[in-house]
Amino acid sequence: MDLFEHQAKELFAEYGIPVPTGKIAYTPEEARTIAAEFPGRVVVKAQVKTGGRGKAGGVKVADDASDAFGRATGILGMDIKGHTVHKVLIEEASAIAEEYYFSFLLDRANRTFLAICSAAGGVDIEEVAATTPEKVAKVAIDPLAGVDRSRAREIAEQGGLPAAALDGAADLIEKLWAVFVDEDATLVEVNPLILTQDGRVIALDGKVTLDENAAFRQVEHEAYQDKAAEDPLEARAKEKDLNYVKLDGSVGIIGNGAGLVMSTLDVVAYAGESFGGVRPANFLDIGGGASAEVMANGLEIVLSDESVKSVFVNVFGGITSCDAVANGIVSAFRLLAERGEQVTRPLVVRLDGNNATLGRQILADAGLSGVEQVDTMDDAARRAAELAAVGA
Amino acid sequence: MMAIWLTEQSKVIVQGMTGSEGTKHTRRMLAAGTKIVGGVNARKAGTVHEGLPVFGTVAEAIAETGADVSVVFVPPAHTKSAVVEAIDAEIPLCVVITEGVPIHDTAEFWARAVAGGGKTRIIGPNCPGIASPGRSNAGIIPADITSPGRIGLVSKSGTLTYQLMYELRDVGFSTAVGIGGDPVIGTTHIDCLAAFQEDPETEAIVMIGEIGGDAEERAAAYIERHVTKPVVAYVAGFTAPEGKTMGHAGAIVSGSSGTAQAKKEALEKVGVRVGKTPSETALLMREVMRGR
Repeated sequence: MDLFEHQAKELFAEYGIPVPTGKIAYTPEEARTIAAEFPGRVVVKAQVKTGGRGKAGGVKVADDASDAFGRATGILGMDIKGHTVHKVLIEEASAIAEEYYFSFLLDRANRTFLAICSAAGGVDIEEVAATTPEKVAKVAIDPLAGVDRSRAREIAEQGGLPAAALDGAADLIEKLWAVFVDEDATLVEVNPLILTQDGRVIALDGKVTLDENAAFRQVEHEAYQDKAAEDPLEARAKEKDLNYVKLDGSVGIIGNGAGLVMSTLDVVAYAGESFGGVRPANFLDIGGGASAEVMANGLEIVLSDESVKSVFVNVFGGITSCDAVANGIVSAFRLLAERGEQVTRPLVVRLDGNNATLGRQILADAGLSGVEQVDTMDDAARRAAELAAVGA
Repeated sequence: MMAIWLTEQSKVIVQGMTGSEGTKHTRRMLAAGTKIVGGVNARKAGTVHEGLPVFGTVAEAIAETGADVSVVFVPPAHTKSAVVEAIDAEIPLCVVITEGVPIHDTAEFWARAVAGGGKTRIIGPNCPGIASPGRSNAGIIPADITSPGRIGLVSKSGTLTYQLMYELRDVGFSTAVGIGGDPVIGTTHIDCLAAFQEDPETEAIVMIGEIGGDAEERAAAYIERHVTKPVVAYVAGFTAPEGKTMGHAGAIVSGSSGTAQAKKEALEKVGVRVGKTPSETALLMREVMRGR
């Protein structure tokens, strides 16, 4: 889960990391009121979970309160790379002497953590690393040893930070490590990390990604969830503990296992090329068990998406064999009928694996209306795409 | 007879055997012929579960039974301490089935395993385990979907593993390894490729990848330099949108990195044939095996 800049900075402040003073505004009026509380100039910053805000015009300096009103009017509602700006951060303007870059992140390839530090900050660090790699220090961090003050100072030195910034940077880096570990983050990034004209080192920006697997011990992280930005179907699916991602096509997908479902989306898109570019409407993994209730909940979510014209249920019977899955589908239809829901769009079911013959027989005998069985994944995907094309 | 890492000689213990998942899969593993010699649960030490002795610690279990493989079904909050215990007891193979382990915990037990001199091979977490059909099964891979044979398989995904094992059930497998879908995992594609290359019983390799990270690209570079056996691959996630986690914690396209297209291209560039669908992948492997 990514945090907004203002959330990241609030978290930094809790750990004693220096950040500029600021407040969130949802309207131009609020922006004006907040700006009036500051003695000097302010910065109006779009709060969106994507990079490149500055280039997109989402960060502006305002001279006074009425200027902040005007800047906020321009930025609120703006679309930045598909993200609508719903709030702006109003922050005291900082007197920047120099800009640096710092982050802690997960290094998947080496199965460890990495600190990245550079005196060339405030710009796209990947570009700096590509053109002038010698300016970017990448330092492996042993999770068992961690980062204390002297290690933090070493990293800052390796990044080429000037002597004047070393003490401040070491303090900040040590505290950022605490954020990284104690909050179960997989990324904490400060770009730019600045040296002010009066010699302080401050986190002028903040990006934090939290590990959702750690939710059981980070209960307060739930408050960071951006419910407003969530797709309504994804939110409903989450309430029912379903692993669902909304996509933009017309073939609803239900399957078991993340890899198989991802593959199902691909195979449907591939088959859909022959039907004018039919695409999958969602990702939905109902897991290994595929019980009647989970199947019913899954069907309910998928069918409540109006762009769905056909549904492809793709289940491999392993631990839960195909007869159990077939019984689950039959019971799911009964459950849906009890809830007053009708399955009005065609369903293509592919059952394969253990007891496939028995499972297919159970499904055929049940005579569920609108349900077709196709034996292989490729053919079933083709049929589902065809039905979606006809229904569209 | 050979296979990689798991054979009929392997003596398996189950950490978390007395829980519901642990119990269910202990039964299944026994039915598949796995030589399970006991379980571990500190609170139930000295008792008998499913006809097997329960030990207080992994070290005790090893001392009493000579166990050399552990399968971990312990819930996410306690997975780290369970795996650390296995590492400290220097068990040669630790298979971590648990899904939902925090990344910091995995990074920590991995660092611990490395610091200890790499005496313990870790598979997972968030994986279906390892199966050498007809010999032994450590994890949750359904044993009855395939048969023994000469294909080696390595995969990030459980159900895609099962799908390929089933489609190629008449040809059969030496060993199938589900390495797991988390961002940080113990055993990698490369580790498996190296072991299959060395294994005289494995003639060809199926490699299944998915979006996220660059493990497949690195595997491709390894294949080019070190693998002479034929490799057929499949990559899932071509239609996955940027920035969305697709079921597995590690399955995410970030910006322009981790895409299925890049992985496919990297593999094809080194001569690996990549199937468009799982069935086409199985067909490609059939062609390879027909010539042998």
